[in-house]
Amino acid sequence: MSLYYLQKLLYNLNRDPALQARFKADRPSVLADYDLNAEELKALTDPDVGLLYVLGVNGQLLMHYAALVGQSWDEYIAAMRAGVKQYGPVRAGIYAMVED
Amino acid sequence: MPLVFAGIGSHAPGIVNRAERVEEKRREAYYAAYRRMGQAIRDARADALIVIAAEHFANFFMNNMPAFAMGMADYYEGPIEDEAWMRIARRKIPGNRDLSQRLIARVMDETDVAYSEEWKFDHGIMVPLYFLTPGFDFPVIPANINCQGPPLTPLHRAWAFGRALRHAADAVPERIAVVGTGGISHWPATPNSGKINEAWDRDFLARWQKNDKAALLSYTDTDTYRDAGQGGFEIRTFIAVAGATEGCTGELWFYAPIPIFAVGCTVAVMRLAQS
Repeated sequence: MSLYYLQKLLYNLNRDPALQARFKADRPSVLADYDLNAEELKALTDPDVGLLYVLGVNGQLLMHYAALVGQSWDEYIAAMRAGVKQYGPVRAGIYAMVED
Repeated sequence: MPLVFAGIGSHAPGIVNRAERVEEKRREAYYAAYRRMGQAIRDARADALIVIAAEHFANFFMNNMPAFAMGMADYYEGPIEDEAWMRIARRKIPGNRDLSQRLIARVMDETDVAYSEEWKFDHGIMVPLYFLTPGFDFPVIPANINCQGPPLTPLHRAWAFGRALRHAADAVPERIAVVGTGGISHWPATPNSGKINEAWDRDFLARWQKNDKAALLSYTDTDTYRDAGQGGFEIRTFIAVAGATEGCTGELWFYAPIPIFAVGCTVAVMRLAQS
């Protein structure tokens, strides 16, 4: 369970244009700095925004990651919907607080 | 000086960066209400504006999450978001370190508060300022209530924080305005983005306008999440403004659910005694 580090990476990315540049140029070297499991690494690398949502990433972090990887607003919303359809309900974090 | 202005308004990136997706007349009516609030702050001859915000992991994260924080710097920077995405150019926004320090010291008499000598404003502050102080040239003091990372700041503590801010504002010679910014019901940045529970919003705003402390503090997070989404947790910022204006009643200047903005769009003010 490393949702904390998954979100920490996105938090740092959102705050730091230099890290964003490094991430675009050499994603593995940035990812190596965080304690992430295989599923999280895959979701970040593909990138699979829908899976990141299902893993429990807060939308206030995720919407900026979606923009960073080139998704429009509508594509971002669609990716989350597709993620829930493919992987099931959100597994952790604030959106798993109660059944919707 | 006694507090010279108190109000609340919604924030959301979409209010600015998806503007063209709302009919002009409809969005301009909302923007006009926000600008009217900006004029009211200037008419009140405020020296500084405290923005009580619900920060979204721009500055505070679960490595060290404060229940309350206030800025204590001579300038801040924003937006933290990509400028092209946010459609607001990145800039410095003036603060007032000395005033912050005096306010924070007084707030600490009643409420434990973290302070920060740097702060990157996200849309939660930049979108309201875009309308309130379009030149981004008015001194701002940011304040944050944890509405994002559970355990969240309890509602009654948000109220107490507002009351402490009021006492602090009363104790300094400057004329202080305060604006709480949040959403009421909304499901921002999720697959349910655009969902708004208008009945819930209007009920909350009725409680806020009456400044009914018991009614405002009676929500549970479980109920709020069910009825108003995770964005509903941001009622804390509006409750803090109610705590800052205990005994006053409010006036709703604008409310409309605008789904593509992903929030019930609100502007409301408290009627303060003339000062």
